[in-house]
Amino acid sequence: MSLRFDLIWEQAPAFLSGLWNTVWICAIGISLSLILGILLLLPLFSHHKVVRLPTKLLVEAARAIPFLMLAYLVYYGLPSLGLTLDSWSTAILTIVIYNAAYVADILRSAWVNLPKGQTEAARACGFTGVQLLRRIVLPQILIAAAPILGNQAIQVIRDSSFLAIITVPELTFTAKAVQADSFVPFESFITAALLYWVLCLLIEFGVQRLEWVRNFYGKA
Amino acid sequence: MAKLEQPIDAAQPLPVIQVVGLSKCFGSHPVLTDINLAIMPSETVCLLGPSGSGKSTLLRCMNWLERPSSGEVWLHGTQMGYQAGRKRLASEAELAKMRTRIGMVFQQFNLWSHLTVLQNVIEAPIHVQKRPKAEVVAEAEHLLAKVGLHNKLQAYPSQLSGGQKQRVAIARALAMKSDVILLDEPTSSLDPELVGEVLAVIQDLAQAGMTLVIATHEMKFAEEVASRVIFLDQGRIVESSDPKTFFAQPETARARQFLERYIHVGAI
Repeated sequence: MSLRFDLIWEQAPAFLSGLWNTVWICAIGISLSLILGILLLLPLFSHHKVVRLPTKLLVEAARAIPFLMLAYLVYYGLPSLGLTLDSWSTAILTIVIYNAAYVADILRSAWVNLPKGQTEAARACGFTGVQLLRRIVLPQILIAAAPILGNQAIQVIRDSSFLAIITVPELTFTAKAVQADSFVPFESFITAALLYWVLCLLIEFGVQRLEWVRNFYGKA
Repeated sequence: MAKLEQPIDAAQPLPVIQVVGLSKCFGSHPVLTDINLAIMPSETVCLLGPSGSGKSTLLRCMNWLERPSSGEVWLHGTQMGYQAGRKRLASEAELAKMRTRIGMVFQQFNLWSHLTVLQNVIEAPIHVQKRPKAEVVAEAEHLLAKVGLHNKLQAYPSQLSGGQKQRVAIARALAMKSDVILLDEPTSSLDPELVGEVLAVIQDLAQAGMTLVIATHEMKFAEEVASRVIFLDQGRIVESSDPKTFFAQPETARARQFLERYIHVGAI
């Protein structure tokens, strides 16, 4: 048995293109979902049940749906409702919906665990509403939740491989195409797996730095 | 129901804070009952009493961090928690604006952990009061020098001792240029050797004529610094007098018993 990594080397541009697609789809999806997750915080903490409960229900529903099912729903289901998206838009929309629900829940949990005195001191100084959230609460809960958000980003990168099924030319899709073309399944998929691992290692490194930041700031 | 005018005595100057018939219940449990008091300008009033007597709750009701169940709190002629001249409850934004006139120092310091010492002090004056940054920073540096922390401007709360944190919290309250500062057991969370540095700063403020209301268990400090002592028990004001009278000849048996216990445990 001889492994033909020389064939994989010949396909390096294709792998790099797939890797790049994975990186930018995940980067845009994670960034947008972070913004949406933050925006969901206000309705999640609203004093009005009519605002809070439906938001909570939506977040819990989005968390309960498997990533692939969500991608199918967006790609194959939405056209039935008159909304057809290409595979790129589907990829980003799926990541945003799926990840925003998790981000909102992670940040909600961090807010619940933020010492009450932090917001009390802010209220005593005249902070209120969005200003209190933006200047006092949000920086602290982002720091506190940073390692968990980092792990969630790793989860998104792993889940993004499902996007191959809806023909997004990302890393897994590229590996499939290379193995079909060159008949080197092990070499193709192990190369893709290693590239996923490198991506996750980079984020893991960032997460470890964030752990340090959290431990430093967390001792007020 | 909210009244529209502060109950004042024409012969007296306007109190900085006046509390009228204030009661507070948590569920069915009464914590404060029919509290009436006036804090005059430049007064240092120490609230004394056993744990659970309602000292902290009274302070928190004064700036409406706790909404009173009944009664009124007046701040320089403005009724806390209500729209000016009307019976309607103030909005959160209106209430926040009122709170900027009352500084508060907490037992647990409550410094914002993501901000440096200097940022903790300038955050509210710049972003809430919308004052010019250069002016606020210069003032903050002056205040931090005054509380002995001129060399800690860029430190984070996690790098400070308890006493230093509390001095930053005091500078933060002072930076708001409030009419009065409420201090809720400012030394209770400190190691005994750090208590002195915080009490010295408070003593300086009192001597400089700042209006202070202090909930404390530091009897010796109260005796030395207070212009008036208010003794609370079970949510009621039991005694209000000058510190010399209170500590030498308390009027009520309950206050005598309280002071005797402190003498007995060597707290005085």
